[in-house]
Amino acid sequence: MKTEKVNELNELNTDIPILEAKHLVFEYRTGAAKPVRAVYDVSFSVWPGEFIGLIGHTGSGKSTLLQLLNALETPASGTVYFKGQDIFEKRYDRKKLRGKVGLVFQYPEHQLFAETVFADVCFGPLNMGVDRKQAELTAYDTIKQVGLEDECFYKSPFDLSGGQKRRAAIAGVLAMKPEVLILDEPTAGLDPKGRDELLDMIASLRDKENMTIILVSHSMEDVARYADRIMVMNEGRLILDDTVSTVFKHRQEIKTAGLSVPEVSEIVAELSAAGLPIRDDIFTVDEAAEEILRVLKEYRVI
Amino acid sequence: MHRLDPRTKIVLTFVYILSLFIFENPAVYAVAALFLIIEIILSRIPILYMVKGLKPVAFLLAFTVAVNLLFTGGQELFSFWIFTVTIEGIKRSSYLIGRLIFLVLASNLMTLTTAPVSLTNALEYLMRPLKLFKVPVHEVAMMMSIALRFIPILVDEANKIMKAQMARGADFDSGNIIKKTKSFVPIIIPLFVSAFRRANNLAQAMEARCYNGGEGRTRLNPLKYRRGDVVAYVLLVIYAVLIVLMGCFLFKAPPVAL
Repeated sequence: MKTEKVNELNELNTDIPILEAKHLVFEYRTGAAKPVRAVYDVSFSVWPGEFIGLIGHTGSGKSTLLQLLNALETPASGTVYFKGQDIFEKRYDRKKLRGKVGLVFQYPEHQLFAETVFADVCFGPLNMGVDRKQAELTAYDTIKQVGLEDECFYKSPFDLSGGQKRRAAIAGVLAMKPEVLILDEPTAGLDPKGRDELLDMIASLRDKENMTIILVSHSMEDVARYADRIMVMNEGRLILDDTVSTVFKHRQEIKTAGLSVPEVSEIVAELSAAGLPIRDDIFTVDEAAEEILRVLKEYRVI
Repeated sequence: MHRLDPRTKIVLTFVYILSLFIFENPAVYAVAALFLIIEIILSRIPILYMVKGLKPVAFLLAFTVAVNLLFTGGQELFSFWIFTVTIEGIKRSSYLIGRLIFLVLASNLMTLTTAPVSLTNALEYLMRPLKLFKVPVHEVAMMMSIALRFIPILVDEANKIMKAQMARGADFDSGNIIKKTKSFVPIIIPLFVSAFRRANNLAQAMEARCYNGGEGRTRLNPLKYRRGDVVAYVLLVIYAVLIVLMGCFLFKAPPVAL
């Protein structure tokens, strides 16, 4: 269902990808030793309105890849195109780019600094050269949009709860009105309820504002539920890049990358292996329940 | 070298640096250079790596040499524009450059061959007599270890914060000085907040393990002098005697006051 929607959006929008990585290579130089390759020959395209889940083990190069996408890091070779323009070209305005490709880091503590949440959210648009009044209007809207209560506006960002800090940090990036929103493990450390609420909010950004979203996560369940497409990274390489159902069929590759497929998919695969006529492209609990009921009805068990 | 007791290394380095400052004549410097070269060879640290360690002080070196070369009075050698180069100037600056290079190399050698924690342990031991004057030696040493331990963590954190703010369009290089200084506020504040949080966590963790200062505290790896340390001390005494003899009698140059 979700994939159909993307195709539809592709037709609506231009036919060039909004973001395109070409043969990206990134190396860390640590002292005199040989440089460590964090990202190796990674190429992919992101189409407008897509919701992409990026998964990979700790140290697989995800975070570096994200930073390459908005030019916070410079690749050793290869490049990134934003709407067809090379972002590493000398005269390209990378500051403006960071407003268009918004990156929310994993820890909100790294970016919250102002006396009030409101002032903090204004920081981004003001940096982008928006006048104060407009910045404040946008900040007001985005704080509402991320679902922070009114009493948070003039609170110190350091007095917020973990989930609220996340929202404030996301608002700080959203206020720049990005076209692509990249989130680095936004759900880490949140309880299941907070996690669901946050992910729903992010999904609604795509649905309402047609924002392109790249979500990094450890949780296969989260990614499976919200993304149209999954990219899997392992040891600096992009090993899988396809629709959710196709990717989760590559169970062996996913396991070698040190990740696990959603538990539901495991169960469904085992049921299918046991001879039940069950679809094997299932990765959410709801779908599995429906499918199992269907099979049971077929067998006239219930 | 790496296995020597950290106390030995500190005393060694201290006496060595002292020797550089007390005497100023070529023979002493030749001995000092020889001593240093032997140490470097024994430490098995690549020479190139040691030379690279001089990089941060290169500017200071060049500056000192330039000032001493150009502004020391004495017998004129040649002059241009408003500067006069004198024989004394050349002498002085070559001593200074030698002294600085030896000093940096010697202290680098010490820090490269010793873990920071064992260095502070050794300092704690060597400063023990100060306890008589009510100096909280253990606490000072503990503070030093903690500070050293946290430097890389905070550097890493500062980098991440800087990137997070750059992702929000922060700009650290443009504008005048006031604007530039202001642009660092969004980095400094999260950094301080996180440093305090870390300090708090550490204090709690230490208390959870019943840490209550140095009184009656035993060590996992008590400092122990080995045979190598005895040899090192003997060598040090020989070195010191040699230096004093050469400094006082060989060239009959009066010791330069510190």
